[in-house]
Amino acid sequence: MKRVVSSIVFFASIVLVWYGLVRLGIWSSVLLPSPVSVGEYLYHETIDGVLPGAMWVTFRRLMVGYFIGLALGLPLGFLSAFFRVFQDTVGLIALGFQTLPSVCWIPLALLWFGQTESAMLFVVIMGSLGSVIIATETGVKNLPPIYVRAARTMGSKGIHTLLTVVLPASLPYLVSGMKQGWAFAWRSLMAAEIYVTILTGFGLGQLLHYGRELHAMEQVIGVMLVIVLLGLLVDKVLFSPWERSLHRRWGKAQ
Amino acid sequence: MTTSLQEELRNLPPQKLEVEGISKTFRTKRNRSVVRALEDVTVRVNEGEYVCLVGRSGCGKTTLLNLIAGLDRPDSGRILVEGTPIKGPGRDRMVMFQETALFPWLDVTGNVLYGLKLKPNLTPKDRREVARFYIEMVGLDEFEHASIHELSGGMQQRVALARALAPNPRILLMDEPFGALDALTREQLYGDIQEIWLKRRKTIVFVTHNVREAVCLGDRVLLFAPNPGHLVGEFKIDLPRPRDINSVELAEYSSTITRALKGYDPKEEVAE
Repeated sequence: MKRVVSSIVFFASIVLVWYGLVRLGIWSSVLLPSPVSVGEYLYHETIDGVLPGAMWVTFRRLMVGYFIGLALGLPLGFLSAFFRVFQDTVGLIALGFQTLPSVCWIPLALLWFGQTESAMLFVVIMGSLGSVIIATETGVKNLPPIYVRAARTMGSKGIHTLLTVVLPASLPYLVSGMKQGWAFAWRSLMAAEIYVTILTGFGLGQLLHYGRELHAMEQVIGVMLVIVLLGLLVDKVLFSPWERSLHRRWGKAQ
Repeated sequence: MTTSLQEELRNLPPQKLEVEGISKTFRTKRNRSVVRALEDVTVRVNEGEYVCLVGRSGCGKTTLLNLIAGLDRPDSGRILVEGTPIKGPGRDRMVMFQETALFPWLDVTGNVLYGLKLKPNLTPKDRREVARFYIEMVGLDEFEHASIHELSGGMQQRVALARALAPNPRILLMDEPFGALDALTREQLYGDIQEIWLKRRKTIVFVTHNVREAVCLGDRVLLFAPNPGHLVGEFKIDLPRPRDINSVELAEYSSTITRALKGYDPKEEVAE
């Protein structure tokens, strides 16, 4: 309760200071719109269905790209943990991908796919793949070998050991890898939506882009707020409870 | 209760274990130098006998246990269970590890069930019954659904014992199972394990570096020395059971064995 109160007080004072600055009139309202006009923008666009629509478009792209990234990244991570050959090839590429900012994929994606959904999907997949592979590989490699040995004495082998021991034992690492992959996918998609201005669907990034084109600062700030809130929401609702329950069961303090 | 369940809960008779001329070398990870873990070790353990392997660390006793478990292969020699050479791990030989090796993603029942699920010809209901039977035997009936980390070290080893007993093995291999526990918990477990062993007779090979523990539990104590790991002597423990670790007779045995163990240590190794 105390934590909730301190959060509320903190954010309320930020808005208050913001409002005060606007009232002082030091900067033009084109550069610094008042919190009221940002609130009005958010309210109207929500009622109109523009914001929910953009959120849905963004979310769909994110989900599709992210799950393809996971579907490719998890098995590749396992392979790279188990086989030296994969570690020296796929693992190395993954490490390289991870250091490459995802915006750097956009020129290539545009040339290959043009202004299409595929270009955006491609950027999201490439952006999240590396971190998923690396996290999976780390998780499996840090597995205490005693678990597999114990399972073998009880008659487990091959795919059974993989499914009943290696997978659950590395789950805490996999979840943090998935979380990291999600964060990277989210960043990549925003970059892609700002640069790839297609007409097959207006995402949050595109709203942001057109906010700039139209000099609509309340739109720019409003959409940024929505992006931050969505990111927080996914973390608090999806990943945090999952990680907490894993750590409770494993008995590790986060 | 179904007949297959009754059958399953009956203790299978313990089997004879023979280790014939086993040698094992491996390379260290650090500088790839060759370690002669075991050289020409021959051990015979009779049906239902409780044998303790004692020696300082590096004398190959854990290596020998892993070989008997079938987790590693010897360079030469062979291991026979009831006259049949072993080929890899088997349900007839279950292992209790030092670090319990319990699966933290499963609860107590889940851990005990793990080996049972791999055993054919049992219904899921029978498996649950069997698991409950062994959890009760080690005195954890109130903790069936507890998470592993919620349990104390002693309780965790009880779960490990239940998990090892559940598939009804003929031979039980124990690798310093009480090494990480405090003295009081250990003494409690010495009593419990003797009691359980008297009820469910298994052939036991028990590795420890604690001579007193070996004397308290074993019918026979085998002494190992390092470089290369080899068998240097054996003592038969003629004390009635259940034994009290603090009894005078037991202390006499263990001081004799400790003296003998020190005598087998070549001087140059102590200097090392």
